[in-house]
Amino acid sequence: MNMERLRNWLGQLPTHVIVIGFMLIWLVPTLGLLVTSFRPVQDANVSGWWTVLGSVPGEEVYVANCASCHGANGDAIAAADLGDPDFISAYRRSIQISATFDNVYAGQIHIPETQRPSDQDLADILSFLRRKSGVETRPTLTINNYIDALVGYRGTTDYETSCLEGTQSPDLTCDFVSDLSNPRGMAQAFINTVIVTLPATLLPLVFGALAAYAFSWLHFRGRLWIFALMVGLQIVPLQMTLVPISRLYQQLGLSGSFLGVWLFHTGFGLPYAIYLMRNFIGALPRDLFESAYLDGASHWTAFYRLALPLSMPALASLAIFQFLWVWNDLLVALVFLTGRHPVLTYQINNLVQSMGGGWHLLTASAFLSMILPLIVFFAFQRYFVRGLLAGSVKG
Amino acid sequence: MSTPVPNIMKQGGLVPWLYILPALLIVLIFIVYPMFNTVYLSFRDADSTAWAGEACIEGRPCWGIFENYRRALTDEVDTTDSSTLWSSFWISSLGNNLKWLLVMVAGSVGFGLTLAVLADRVSYESVAKSVIFLPMAISFVGAGVIWRFVYAFGSEGSQIGLLNAVIRSFGGEPVSFLTRIPLNTFMLIIVGIWMWAGFCTVILSAAIKSVPGELLEASRLDGASEWKSFWNITIPIILPTITVVVTTMVINTLKIFDIVFVMTGGNFSTDVAANRMYTEMYINQNTGVGTAVATILVMAVIPFMYLNIKRFREQEAAR
Repeated sequence: MNMERLRNWLGQLPTHVIVIGFMLIWLVPTLGLLVTSFRPVQDANVSGWWTVLGSVPGEEVYVANCASCHGANGDAIAAADLGDPDFISAYRRSIQISATFDNVYAGQIHIPETQRPSDQDLADILSFLRRKSGVETRPTLTINNYIDALVGYRGTTDYETSCLEGTQSPDLTCDFVSDLSNPRGMAQAFINTVIVTLPATLLPLVFGALAAYAFSWLHFRGRLWIFALMVGLQIVPLQMTLVPISRLYQQLGLSGSFLGVWLFHTGFGLPYAIYLMRNFIGALPRDLFESAYLDGASHWTAFYRLALPLSMPALASLAIFQFLWVWNDLLVALVFLTGRHPVLTYQINNLVQSMGGGWHLLTASAFLSMILPLIVFFAFQRYFVRGLLAGSVKG
Repeated sequence: MSTPVPNIMKQGGLVPWLYILPALLIVLIFIVYPMFNTVYLSFRDADSTAWAGEACIEGRPCWGIFENYRRALTDEVDTTDSSTLWSSFWISSLGNNLKWLLVMVAGSVGFGLTLAVLADRVSYESVAKSVIFLPMAISFVGAGVIWRFVYAFGSEGSQIGLLNAVIRSFGGEPVSFLTRIPLNTFMLIIVGIWMWAGFCTVILSAAIKSVPGELLEASRLDGASEWKSFWNITIPIILPTITVVVTTMVINTLKIFDIVFVMTGGNFSTDVAANRMYTEMYINQNTGVGTAVATILVMAVIPFMYLNIKRFREQEAAR
C-alpha cells in the first residue's frame, strides 16, 4: 500500500514540478517589481532586489579579498581604517576603489592584477563597508518611493529629504496634501484614470444593454444584419480609426478632453457589449417576456424590471472587462487625452522614456497603477472568467 | 433565423430603433465611418491635401495612387538583391509582426494547453490558474516595466536585472537583451506570452473539463496510454475551442502595440506594424503612410472578421 502511494506520488512529481515552475516564472518578475518599489533609491538602482532576502551583501567577498590585510574588522591598517566613517564616506562608487588598485602602499601594490575582485564583488564590498562603518544607515525597506511617485518628485534623493533641505523642484510646495495634485504626480494621474474609466465603463453597459434587448426581443427590419455587423466590428483594430477621429475632435474642440475619450472607449466597447448581452438576454426564457407582455407590461418595463435584473451576471462580466480594458489602455490616452490629463499608463510610459534608470520610482509607479485592477480582478475573477468563456474577441 | 417570431416581437415601428439608436450611432461614428475614411486617407498624401501619386518624381520608384502602400511595404526593406531583401525584411516591422504571429500564438496556446492539462491533475488547480491568469489584470505598460526590469543590463558590471544575474551566476556573459538584434524581438514576445498564456489556459481548461469522463475511462480500459487517449480523444473534442483560441490570439498579436512602444519604442529593429503606424502618424506626421499601414493591418484581420460572423451564423442556426 505504501509502495503504491510512493509510486503514485513519484508519477505525479513531474506534473507538480512543471506546474509549480510555471507559477514561479509567472510570479517572480512581479515580485521583483514589488520588492524594488519598497527599496531605498540608493539600493534599488545598484543591487539586485533579491539581495534583500540574503544577509548583508558583501561580507563574504570582503573576507575573501580584503580581510588578510585590513583585518576582519577592517581596522588593521591605521592609515586606511575601513571602519572609520570619515574614511569610507570618501568612496561613493566602486570605481573609486578600483582606481586605487595600482597605488603602492608601504612598498607594495595595493592589489596585484591577478587578485583583483570583479566589478560586482567590488560594489558588494563597498556597500558592505558603507553599512558597517555607519555611513549608510538607511533601512532595507521604505515607503518613500510611493510618496515620491504620488507627488511627482523627480530628484536624486527623496521628497522628504529634499523638502527638509529646501532643494525641491519649483512645482512642489512641500505641503504633502497640496502636492498630491501636482500634475506630474501619480496621485493626479490616478484621479484622471478614475475619471476616464468610470463613464467609459458605464456608457457601453447602458447602451449595450438597451441595444441587446432590442436585438433579442424586438422585431425590426435588418435586425440580423445589423447584429452581424456588430459581431464583425468586434475585432477592428482601433488603429484603423485614430486619424479620422483625431481630426473630428480637433474640429469639435474635443481633443485632450475627457468627453472625447469616454465616447471613443464607448464606441470600441459597444460591439462586444452588445454581443455578450444579447447572448445572455436572448437566452432568458421567452415565456417570461410573453406573460409580462400579456399582463400589460410595456417594453420599457420588461427591459427595466425583467431583462436588466436577470442579466446582472453578464453585466458584471462586461463591467470588469471594460474596466480593465480602459484602465490599462495606453494608446487611446496617448492620442486623445495627451499630456493635458495624464493617466497612469501615460505617466509610466513617460517615466520609462525619460529616465530608464530610476527603478525605485518606476516600480512604485507601476505598482500604483496595478493595485486597483488587481483588487477588482481577484474580487470578481469568477465573472471575468465567465465573460471570457462566453466567447470573446476584443479590439 | 427561421424560428417564428413571437407575438411580443411583432411590434414594429419606431420603438426598437429607440433602443438600438444610441449604440448604433456611436458605432457608426466611431468605427464604421473612420474605417472608410482611413482607407480614403491612405490614398492621399502626407497631409491629405492631394492624391498620393502626385508627388511622384520621374525615374524614382512609384506606385501612383498606391504610393503610400509602396512606402508602407518597401521603405524598410533593401531591394538590392534577394539576400538583402530577405535579411532586411526579417527585421522590418512586417517581418517582426510575422515573428510575433508565429512565436506568440504558438507559445501562448502551447503553454496554455500544457498548463490546462497539467493543472487538471493537481489539487491546487485554481491557485495555479489564478497565478498564470494574473497578468491579464495589469496593463501592457505595467508588464513592460516588470520585464524591462527583468531584462535590465548593467553597464558597470553590476547586474540588477534578474535574468542577467542568473546568467552571470552560471558564469555566462551578461546580455543586453533589448538591443541585441534579432534576440530582442523574441524577448519582447516572451512578455506577450507571459501576458496572454493565462487567457488560453482558462478557455482550454474549461474545454478539457467538458470532455466526458466515460470516454477517457473507456479508452483507458482498452489499454490506451494517457498520451494516446489525450491525443485521440481530448484533442479532437476540444479542437473547435483550440481554433477559437488561436483565432483570438492571431488577432491580438496582429494588433500588438504597447509592449513594443514601452519597452523599445520600436528601436533596434523591434518595430511592429501598429507601432510603425503610430510613428508615421504622430511622429513623422505622415497620415498617408500611417493610414496605409493601418489599412494593411485591417486587411490582415478581415478574414477573421468573416470567420467570426460565420461562426455566429452557425450558432444562430443551431439555436
